[in-house]
Amino acid sequence: MGYFELIISCIFVNNILLAQFLGNCPFLGTSKKMETAVGMGMAVIFVLVMAGTITWLVYTFILVKFGLVYLRTIAFIVIIASLVQFVEMFLKKSIPALYAGLGIFLPLITTNCAVMGVCVLNIDKEFTFLQALVASLFYAVGFGLALVLFAGLRERILLARVPRPLQDTSIALITAGMISLAFFAFQGMV
Amino acid sequence: MPKTIVQEFTKGLWQELPPFRLVLGLCPVLGVTTSMENGLGMGIATTFVLVGSNLLISMLRSVIPQKVRIACFIIIIAAFVTIVELLMQAYTYPLYLKLGVFIPLIVVNCIVLGRAEAFAYKNKISSSMADGLGIGIGFTMSLGALGAVRELLGHGSVTVWGDFSYNLLSAFPSFQPFSFMVQAPGAFICLGLMLCLINAIGD
Repeated sequence: MGYFELIISCIFVNNILLAQFLGNCPFLGTSKKMETAVGMGMAVIFVLVMAGTITWLVYTFILVKFGLVYLRTIAFIVIIASLVQFVEMFLKKSIPALYAGLGIFLPLITTNCAVMGVCVLNIDKEFTFLQALVASLFYAVGFGLALVLFAGLRERILLARVPRPLQDTSIALITAGMISLAFFAFQGMV
Repeated sequence: MPKTIVQEFTKGLWQELPPFRLVLGLCPVLGVTTSMENGLGMGIATTFVLVGSNLLISMLRSVIPQKVRIACFIIIIAAFVTIVELLMQAYTYPLYLKLGVFIPLIVVNCIVLGRAEAFAYKNKISSSMADGLGIGIGFTMSLGALGAVRELLGHGSVTVWGDFSYNLLSAFPSFQPFSFMVQAPGAFICLGLMLCLINAIGD
């Protein structure tokens, strides 16, 4: 698969949120306001690119080499958790403006299944290093895109009169289904 | 008043039924419920991890330091997930292939971590196990129900487990299955409608 197809596939066709259902908790949790959605999107892009490449390197050059493939789950979650912690400390010291912008979303990323999911998918699909890097970046971009689109709709829904049982998460899920339907139209492209 | 073990167990079945009451851990809920069998399999795997991690965290709660407790929880949970992964590869390989990426992702399922943090770290071993089992069975039922609805509407028949199945077409020959339900958008809409139904029934 060429890189262009890979990019289109990661952003639209196999959108991490709407087609693969990964990272739904932050999707529903941080999409009530546009600001938080943008913050979360940025934080995910930032961490996912680093996590995707580092886990690929660790898997290929340490786990496979020493026959420790069964430790994949533990190794990946430890890498992601420590990476998030490290990024947090680094940003706090050197780029305080960005740190303030990302705020609470950085620590939350540890338990974001989108990050762990992409790391596992990179391995399962047997990507090369460059492919893994590109896939991580554009999966994250797709995540951000879906999140921002959804936040825009959700701000509107706040003003609408929704029947009581449908309020909050229920209507949000149905809206997400509609956006998912729109993304579904990209299915035949790649 | 401290709750009895039975109450800790039964609260997971309705009062705090995941994922409807506690809106957590939605990724596997949406991802694997294309059929009832997948949903139940995922639910059972998650229950095993929940009970195991709750038990171990509750046993170690006086040893785990407050400051690094989240890291400790995650490693304990990851260990149980690895056990489940290996067990499923050995005994239920076709199901393991179908659930795919969602098995390692039990590690980051908010329900498991949430129970560890909110319950097991503060409570006795027996009530922690009851809590884990109750929440796990509630989760399995929800996944099974959602999977059954989607499979029934999407394929016109539902396979409960193994060879035991029910065919809607034999009862209503004019029924047209709409495959929309087993595809991605159907997952969101079906879950949203079920959540609405649960909200409407209320307490």
